[in-house]
Order: sequence, then C-alpha cells, then structure tokens
Amino acid sequence: MNLPGKLAIAAVIAAGIGGLAFWYLTEPARIDAEAEAALGTGDAARGERIFWAGGCTSCHARPKSEGEALLQLVGGVQLETAFGTFVAPNISQDVNDGIGAWSREEFANAMLKGVSPSGRHYYPAFPYTSYARMRPTDVADLYAFMKTLPAVAGRTPDHTLDFPYNIRRGIGLWKLLYVDDAPVIAVDEGSPEQLLLGRYLVEGPGHCGECHTPRNISGGTDKSRWLAGAVAAEGDGVIPNITSGEGGIGDWSEGDIASYLETGFTPDFDSVGGSMVEVQKNVARLTSDDRAAIAAYLKAVPPHPNGYPARPSTETPSD
Amino acid sequence: MKKFVIAVSAIALATTAAFADVIADRKAVMKENGRQVGVLVKMVQGEADFDAAAVMAALTKLNENVQAIDVAASFPPGSDKGDTTASPKIWEDMAGFQAEVDKFKAVTAEAAAAPAQSLEALKPQVAAIGQSCSSCHETYRIKKG
Ligand code: HEC
Ligand code: HEC
Ligand code: HEC
Repeated sequence: MNLPGKLAIAAVIAAGIGGLAFWYLTEPARIDAEAEAALGTGDAARGERIFWAGGCTSCHARPKSEGEALLQLVGGVQLETAFGTFVAPNISQDVNDGIGAWSREEFANAMLKGVSPSGRHYYPAFPYTSYARMRPTDVADLYAFMKTLPAVAGRTPDHTLDFPYNIRRGIGLWKLLYVDDAPVIAVDEGSPEQLLLGRYLVEGPGHCGECHTPRNISGGTDKSRWLAGAVAAEGDGVIPNITSGEGGIGDWSEGDIASYLETGFTPDFDSVGGSMVEVQKNVARLTSDDRAAIAAYLKAVPPHPNGYPARPSTETPSD
Repeated sequence: MKKFVIAVSAIALATTAAFADVIADRKAVMKENGRQVGVLVKMVQGEADFDAAAVMAALTKLNENVQAIDVAASFPPGSDKGDTTASPKIWEDMAGFQAEVDKFKAVTAEAAAAPAQSLEALKPQVAAIGQSCSSCHETYRIKKG
C-alpha cells in the first residue's frame, strides 16, 4: 500500500476512535443514587419559594403575564441568541404537552443534569448550568409545588438553530466543561449562615450569573470574571457589573441592594429596567432574610472591573 | 467624494449635537421624577417618618412633571443616538411607548388626586407608581454601559 493510502486508513481509524470517544464523552449522565435518595418526597409549600427564586415564569409563562396567569407555564418565550432562537417549552402539568406525566426523578435529571426523560441533552438556554447547584431536596419541593399548578394544553414551536448547534449530542462535550455543581466562589470555613444562603440563592436557583457574567467564545460563563457584567446575550445593551469593582455597585450598601430587590428602586431612585424587571418581581416574593442574604453575598464576591467593553466616548459616526 | 463624506459626517454630528439638549432635558425630567419618588420610597422603607404634607408635595410635583411629558417633543426620531439610554424600541413601537406614557400619567394623576394619609395607604400608591416606571423601563430603556 502506498503512503497516502496508509495515511487515509490511519485517519479513518483515528476518526473512528474520536467518534467513539465523542459518543462516550457526550453520553447523557443522570443523577446518582445518593442524589436520588436525597430527593425525599417534597413539600409544596416550601417549593413555592424555590419556584420564585428560580424565576421559571420569566421564560415559561406567556410574555408579560401577571397574577394568576404567571402560573400557567405554557411556554412560548423566545430567546434570541447568537446560536439561534430558543423557545421555552410548555412545563405545565398537562400530561401530553407539558410535564404532567413526569416522575420526580425525571424532573430532577432535567434540573440537575440537563437531561430529558428520553435521555437527550437540553440546551443551556435552560439555565440548568446554575440549577445544577441546587439541593436535591429543593428540587423535590419545587416538583411538589409545580404539581399544584394548572395543566395548560398547547405545544410551542421548535427552536430554530444554526448548524452545528442543532445537534443535541454535541452539548454533551460542552456540559463536561461548563456544568458543575460545585460553588463558584469559595468562602472561608465557618462563614456566616447568611453568606452561605446568599451564595446558594445567587449561584443556584437565582441563576444571576447566567446574565451578569461574561461568556467565553464557546458560550460558557467566565468564572474568573464572575458577576462582572456582560454584553447582553439578547438584543443590544449590557448587563451591569454587580461586583464591587470599578463600574460596579461598590457604593451600594447591603441595605441598598436588598431594597432594590424588594422595591425596584436604585439608591438614587432610578427604576429597574430590561430583563431585570422580571427577576426583581420574583425576588420581591422571597423573604427579607433571603434578600439580605443575596446582598451579603454580592458584597463578598471578588471585585472585578466591567466585563463588557467601554462605550465609545462619542457616538458620532466614526467611519 | 471625501468632501462629501465629511459633509455627511458633519450633518450627522450636527444632528447629534442638536439632540443633545433634547436628551439632556428628558433625562433631567426623569431624574426629577426619581427625586420625588425617593421621598415616598424612603417613608415606605422606614428610612424617613411618614409625613402627609411631604407626600402631598412630592405627588403634586411628580404629577405636574409627568403630565407635561410630550413624546413628540422629547423623543424625536434619531434621538436614540448620543448620551442616552433610550431604547430604539421607542421608535419601532411608538404606539406602545405612548401607551406606557399614558398609563404613567393616569397612575400619577390618581395618586396626586388622593395623596395617602397614612403609611399603610402610601404603600400601594408607591407600588403602583413603581410598577409604571419599571413597566416602561423594561421595554423602552437599555443600559449601554
Ligand atoms: C432563561 C429562560 C429559562 C428559565 C429561567 C427557565 N427555563 Fe426551563 N427551559 C428553557 C428552555 C429554552 C428550555 C428548552 C431546552 C431544550 O429544548 O433543550 C427549557 C426546558 C425546561 C424543561 C424541559 C421540558 C421538556 O419538555 O423537556 C423543564 C422541566 C424546565 N425547563 C423547567 C424549568 C424550571 C422548573 C424553571 C425554574 C426553576 C425553569 N425551567 C426556568 C428556558 C428557561
Ligand atoms: C435575565 C437576565 C438577568 C438575571 C437572571 C439577573 N439579572 Fe440583574 N440585571 C439584569 C439587567 C438587564 C440589569 C439592568 C437593569 C436596568 O436596565 O435597569 C440588572 C441589574 C441588576 C442590579 C442593579 C445594578 C445596577 O447597577 O443598576 C442588581 C443589584 C442585580 N441586577 C442583581 C441581580 C441578582 C441578585 C440576580 C439573581 C437573583 C440577578 N440580578 C439576575 C439582568 C439580569
Ligand atoms: C413611558 C416610559 C417611562 C416611564 C413611565 C418612566 N421612565 Fe424613566 N426613563 C425612560 C427612558 C426612555 C429613559 C432614558 C432617557 C434617556 O437616557 O434619554 C429613562 C431614564 C430614567 C432615569 C435616568 C435619567 C438619567 O439621568 O440618565 C431615571 C432616574 C428614571 N428614568 C427614573 C424613572 C422613575 C423613578 C420613573 C417612575 C416614577 C420612571 N423613570 C418612569 C422612560 C420611562
């Protein structure tokens, strides 16, 4: 056999091994027996707090819903990103169109592992990258609460994604790199309970880092600039820096932060806007202890300068 | 050709400069709204004592400001460029923006017509006003860093 022929065979074998490795590495992983045992039976009353902390309605209720309509999780919100448009699905208790037929374990696998009942990877537009840090008991409580919500029929349109993002199996590799249930910010041994609670709420259910942290080229959050602010994933504009670094909220007191989350007013009485409006309304439903804990954590995260480029000083046409 | 480009840039510059005043004025109005609302929020948050006269004064001033908002004069097309956080959506959906302004006018008029006489009564008034601020800022304002 001539050299090119041998090389070609070598390439095919290498590709085969690569493909096997790809298949192995991208295999959807499920929660382990320990986590499954930790789920428990769930408590709907406690689950309501997790539901609002998790902000499920921002994506899974009809856009601009208020009051009771917020609890109709029929889906339909479109998330326009650089990878294409994602549509949040129906997660109401409808057994055909929603998740009414799901077991607690299936729900936990979606929330903590980003894996569907049929074993497919979810796209991280569903922020399980943060939810993966949730406690199994909280996920079970959330499941119990969601069982009390109405069943609403209706299917949402499919996502419209560009190649190669439309290949779900590929998400497996991405997940190996970016899904981790470990806390982002290490805190000292024996830190106050309040700080630990704040960390849990922000890094886990609250998924604040999904918007407030800049992303690298493959779309993973850049943990070395945690909460430093970012160019908005959708539309133009920026998401502010909420660390105490340059350009951030170092001059806000803990009370200022808690008050913003409760009332929607900044310390100089500007009003909350953009996608933070829904978040603020949800966090306003938590207890003042929860909001104080979030504030304590934000004051404790390492300061970073803004995670987005400075705005040009003049906006007059430069070209 | 080069001269033409320079001339066009100059016109662009001139129009941006012309909007600078409009933008500065509408921001000043917004800041002033914030100041009046601040008086009320401080009472609700327990940072200041409830004071019926101060509530009346703040609501009256706020309402005067808000009733004077004139969308056509303060948000001319093209004034999304410059030192502004106004979203281009204002000009893409003028009717929607006008509806937010009308709602804002109705809410402040209602509050100014019956200023709260107690802290308990003030809370829902402030919540309703805050709701109209954030409802408009949600869609029609954009932080640009
Ligand atoms: C930022 C928007 C967003 C938020 C917030 C969000 N989701 Fe989703 N969710 C999505 C998207 C998009 C998908 C579809 C993912 C896919 O198809 O891969 C999804 C999928 C799901 C699924 C799988 C549904 C199915 O039919 O397979 C479940 C379950 C779910 N979300 C539950 C929740 C819960 C519970 C919360 C709140 C704790 C929540 N989501 C918050 C966007 C969101
Ligand atoms: C869906 C995206 C998104 C999520 C999730 C999110 N935020 Fe925000 N946040 C924003 C945007 C956008 C703003 C700017 C609001 C504005 O334009 O007034 C903001 C503003 C803020 C501010 C005010 C900063 C300033 O300089 O005005 C704080 C504080 C804040 N967010 C905290 C949080 C916390 C705590 C969480 C998690 C519980 C969170 N955010 C989750 C998008 C988000
Ligand atoms: C009808 C829509 C609308 C309503 C209602 C509204 N705003 Fe605004 N607000 C805007 C827009 C648009 C801007 C951006 C103006 C600019 O930068 O050109 C803004 C900007 C601001 C600013 C920043 C001004 C600056 O100096 O940059 C503050 C503070 C503010 N608003 C406070 C409030 C408060 C408080 C309320 C409620 C009492 C409120 N707004 C209600 C549309 C609205």
